[in-house]
Amino acid sequence: MSERTRSERRLGWMLCAPAVFAMLLVTAYPVIYAIVLSVQALDLRFPDEGGFVGIENYVTVLTSPLWWETVGNTVFITVVSVSIELVLGMIIALIMHQAIFGRGLVRTAVLIPYGIVTVVAAFAWFYAFDPESGFVNTLPFVADDMAWFGERFSSFAVIIAAEVWKTTPFMALLLLAGLTTIDEGLYEAAKMDGANAVQRFFRITLPLMKPAILVALLFRTLDAFRVFDSIFVMTAGSQGTESVSILGYNQLISRLNLGLGSAVSVLIFMLVLLIAVAFVKGFGTSVPGKEEDE
Amino acid sequence: MLRGERRHRFIFAFLLAAATAVLAACGGNGEGGSRELTWFIQSQPGGALEEIAASCAEQSDGRYTIGFELLPTDASQAREQLVRRLGAEDDTIDLIGMDIIWTGEFANAGWILPVPEQIRPAVTENVFESVLETASFEGEMVNVPIWSNTQLLWYRKDRVSEPPQTWDEMISVAEELGEEGTIQLQANRYEGLMVWANYMIESAGTSILSAPEEIELEQGPTERALSVMGEMSRSPAAATDFSTSDEESAATGFESGDSSFMINYPFVYASAEENAPDVFENLAAAELPRVDPQIESAPPIGGINLAVSAFSQSSDLAFEAIECLVSRENQLKVLDLEKLPPVRSDLYDEPELEEAYPGFVDQIRESIENAAPRPSGSAAYQDISLAVQRAIHPTADIDPADPTPAYERLFERLEQAIERRGLL
Repeated sequence: MSERTRSERRLGWMLCAPAVFAMLLVTAYPVIYAIVLSVQALDLRFPDEGGFVGIENYVTVLTSPLWWETVGNTVFITVVSVSIELVLGMIIALIMHQAIFGRGLVRTAVLIPYGIVTVVAAFAWFYAFDPESGFVNTLPFVADDMAWFGERFSSFAVIIAAEVWKTTPFMALLLLAGLTTIDEGLYEAAKMDGANAVQRFFRITLPLMKPAILVALLFRTLDAFRVFDSIFVMTAGSQGTESVSILGYNQLISRLNLGLGSAVSVLIFMLVLLIAVAFVKGFGTSVPGKEEDE
Repeated sequence: MLRGERRHRFIFAFLLAAATAVLAACGGNGEGGSRELTWFIQSQPGGALEEIAASCAEQSDGRYTIGFELLPTDASQAREQLVRRLGAEDDTIDLIGMDIIWTGEFANAGWILPVPEQIRPAVTENVFESVLETASFEGEMVNVPIWSNTQLLWYRKDRVSEPPQTWDEMISVAEELGEEGTIQLQANRYEGLMVWANYMIESAGTSILSAPEEIELEQGPTERALSVMGEMSRSPAAATDFSTSDEESAATGFESGDSSFMINYPFVYASAEENAPDVFENLAAAELPRVDPQIESAPPIGGINLAVSAFSQSSDLAFEAIECLVSRENQLKVLDLEKLPPVRSDLYDEPELEEAYPGFVDQIRESIENAAPRPSGSAAYQDISLAVQRAIHPTADIDPADPTPAYERLFERLEQAIERRGLL
């Protein structure tokens, strides 16, 4: 390595240092603090008790049927909502890509749901489906007295619908970015060879978009796994709709049991990490910044 | 050049602001000056809080003024904001408006101060026993009650000639009324369900806890209470949104006209007057129905108690302010502007009461008098409440013919809550 490269690299590090420091301060510190709390029996309401308990909190959480039930619920919501979002997002991306006039307007309009604060969106959906104030029960083919949040799967349906409505635009935008990188010439050539639209989509569009699709799926899965707002607003976790984040909230905020709550938070963090690793290693998702191998 | 000049101006403005802040802080704490006490309390729509705070500040001859940090009207959200500040030992909190169920938790955490002996006689005079019970922790008074609340049975006097005495009677009358017979109450999985359960269990002749860390739940009476809850939930008289119902949905449901009974707080009176005049014309109130015909019902109790934060830097002044805030005149002011029931029983003979609660003053007085508080003397009250909610929601799962499994589930969850073991 030449002297010049080395000094450039040093300069690079120095320029990055403030950002790295800020990142450590706002992410590493809370993560480490949560880990420290999670190995203690700490409850704000009982200041005289406490002390180091090792992995006891983790054992409590991992042996609780409630934890596994909430993990199941979270995975269910994540898988269903991300799958629907992928299909819808792809359709919207294709439409946005093909749009000839008003491109800017279409793209902005599609993004509106994503720009709405999640809690506000959750309330909008909640009131729409509420039997007293909502309009949904007045629609044809819907029972007038349907109590949407009174039963497990109808609650899940509304929660997932709200999630899908809100984040499909984000998915569509990420996919659109992938779509624009595909060389138009490939389609021309395929057309010349007599490939129809379906063949062009499955043989050209999908394979070339794989990196974009995987990045979009990674982002959305990580996001969906932390689902909190919609559930909190609509059912507050009743009817068996609790997600892991709601469970953590109950231990931390309702019970003020910082030890147990932190153990739940750390475990959620581990699961999120696991998802990220699975995507990057398992599917070969290229993370931003990594050189494209293909 | 311009850029440099701007920056200088900005720095100058910043320093000026900082200096002003420092001076203001000194002025506030200086001897002889007036100290501003900060009152964290859930906002009330009628403006009574602001009025009584101003009048007490005036009476203090300039020794203190009271400023507000208003909390959300939803009790859980208000608690959330408070516990985060108190957990961090925030010394900007002086006075706290506490939902009566926070007592044990806040006291055991060391967040609130005991009420000094010298003001106790004044602030407890003629206060209902049931209300005072919510103000103490381990035998020590840590809260000063300012207003109370309770639930009544609201019914349609055009459809029902005599209010039902028992649950069995109410359910059968409602079922006979058919379409118009719906009974409105609170059975969603939240604190309101705990309120209902506690009332039912107490009215059956037993209690959830016998001491802060001891379960009572006599099997016979508890199963009787659970069986009635199951019967109610499975009855055609239950509202369609029964398992998600709360105070608001019950009130709106009743105002829509197809309900004949409702268990709810007195706010529904003014609400019906405003939203549903034809329902309001036929609205009457009675004491809550009994679970056991031989035992008087034990209604729920709510309301707000005042406390002084352990981190307050002017706790003496804060207690002085509390003594003034809960005075007779101020309780009547709160009643007048917010329609919230006073905690002093002697006030119930005043004409203002009849004005605020036309025709149901006695029901409110008796309801508060006979009320059975939730076990909020326990520091782990939140765990207990969560455990009860989890064990019995949805209440339609309780088999009225065989409530034993529900009883066992409830007992087991409560044991877990008392020992603070496992996830909830």
